[in-house]
Amino acid sequence: MSLSVGGTRHLQALLGSLGRLARSPLSTFLTLLVISLALALPTALRLLVTNAQLATGNFANAIDVSVYLKTDVPLAKAQQLAQSAGQRLDVAAVTLIPADKGLEEFRTYSGFGDALAALKENPLPHVLHVRPRLEAGGNAALESLRRYFGAWPEVDLVQVDAEWVMRFNAILEVLRRLLMMAAAFLGVGVLAVIGNTIRLEIQGRRAEIEVTKLVGGSNSYVRRPFLYTGVLYGLGGALLAWGIVAIAVTLLGEPVATLAKLYGSRYVLLGPSRDDVGVLLGAGVALGWLGAWISAARHLRSIEPRA
Amino acid sequence: MITFDRVSKRYPNGREALTNVSFSVHSGEMVFLTGRSGAGKSTVLKLIALLERPTRGNVLVHGRNTNALKARHVAAFRRRIGVVFQDHRLLPDRPVFDNVALPLAVAATPLKEIDKRVRAALDQVGLLGRERSLPQELSVGEQQRVGIARAVVSKPPLLIADEPTGNLDPDLSLEVMRLFRRFQDVGVTVIVATHDLHLVREFGQRVIVLEQGQVQGGAPPDTLPSLVATR
Repeated sequence: MSLSVGGTRHLQALLGSLGRLARSPLSTFLTLLVISLALALPTALRLLVTNAQLATGNFANAIDVSVYLKTDVPLAKAQQLAQSAGQRLDVAAVTLIPADKGLEEFRTYSGFGDALAALKENPLPHVLHVRPRLEAGGNAALESLRRYFGAWPEVDLVQVDAEWVMRFNAILEVLRRLLMMAAAFLGVGVLAVIGNTIRLEIQGRRAEIEVTKLVGGSNSYVRRPFLYTGVLYGLGGALLAWGIVAIAVTLLGEPVATLAKLYGSRYVLLGPSRDDVGVLLGAGVALGWLGAWISAARHLRSIEPRA
Repeated sequence: MITFDRVSKRYPNGREALTNVSFSVHSGEMVFLTGRSGAGKSTVLKLIALLERPTRGNVLVHGRNTNALKARHVAAFRRRIGVVFQDHRLLPDRPVFDNVALPLAVAATPLKEIDKRVRAALDQVGLLGRERSLPQELSVGEQQRVGIARAVVSKPPLLIADEPTGNLDPDLSLEVMRLFRRFQDVGVTVIVATHDLHLVREFGQRVIVLEQGQVQGGAPPDTLPSLVATR
């Protein structure tokens, strides 16, 4: 079979499938709607996670790990420690706050200036303010930083300032897991819907399948139009899902902006990225193909021509 | 071309349709297969087209033992056999052209070639110009001729027909048989199952008579193919 002939065959099968779908628009639309809802839900959940992560991205900057050195550690040693900490890959920046400067700040901002003046010597240690890299902002990464500094003999105390960020990351992790489960369940649902639709179509075209097999149509030839139908359902459902999500994002945009403003942020709700859309359409096509294939493999085998 | 070697066929419901049937059909021959309904004519054709497999014995088609044919080769095997049914088995929702083109389409024939061959086949059965008609817009005789055009469009070396004149009046029947004869003239092996003995007599071809699943005369396999020869 030459490439062009093969291409023509596929084009014919594709057009044939399109034509059959167009001939029963209502049932086609209802099937597409079910598929699109099943695909839209995980997509929306994914957007929720992405947006939550981005919206709080600024706060992630606020994660500082404060490393309090022991009071007997000399300044030179503290500087040396700051330098070696700065070389770690998961560390974005290290600021050394010497004890003198710390005291000065404390005096200025705390309002205990007079009381402090009564002290004979500076009770404060040198402190390293370590800012982790954003991508290393996960709980595990923070924990490893905490352990790393905790192991230094010069360190008195390591304090991760933003416990709530960790909690938030944990919540995101739950959402992400939920997203995966929803995607898996609904994916199976899409498979079932498409498989069942294809099964009905195979039954409706039984006579045609028999005659086609009788005149020497191979299994792959007989299967082809059904695979295209499945792919079209999957792709159509995914496109519809994209539309549904896009409308939802538009409708939510304003209230979210208002909400963000109340928190002093100018965050704007993000719609699906090019990657998100790619994953959505790819999943639709793959599920459509797979559902049709499973169904065709199961049901076409039982249809053999009889004379 | 075709050899039945001590073939028996028992259907799942227990009915023995063929018992120890042996005969041969040579390449380029036209043979009538006759007998009462239920004598096993259809079963013989089904075994040739691999719609059924023999319970015992061997069926050789195109020199190949069908028992040895793997399932994935069945489609290619069937492309070398044209089949005509009594009820013509046309797809009612497709125009004549699409119906006739089906055997070419499944064989991945280039579109240009399909167009040419479908017209040629329709011309042979006298239906050129009816490409766009739907089957139900044609008369019964015309429908049967479309069925024949579909069977021969891919120029198979073997043509089998199961009661092709069952629904036709004598004139149309004769016309259809003449058509088969023309295919034989160009080298096609033709096997026609029919109970229309009048027609059979008129054509004077070799006849294989089946009765209750056996070849009448009970020809033993070693005397093949000296069956009821009227030629």
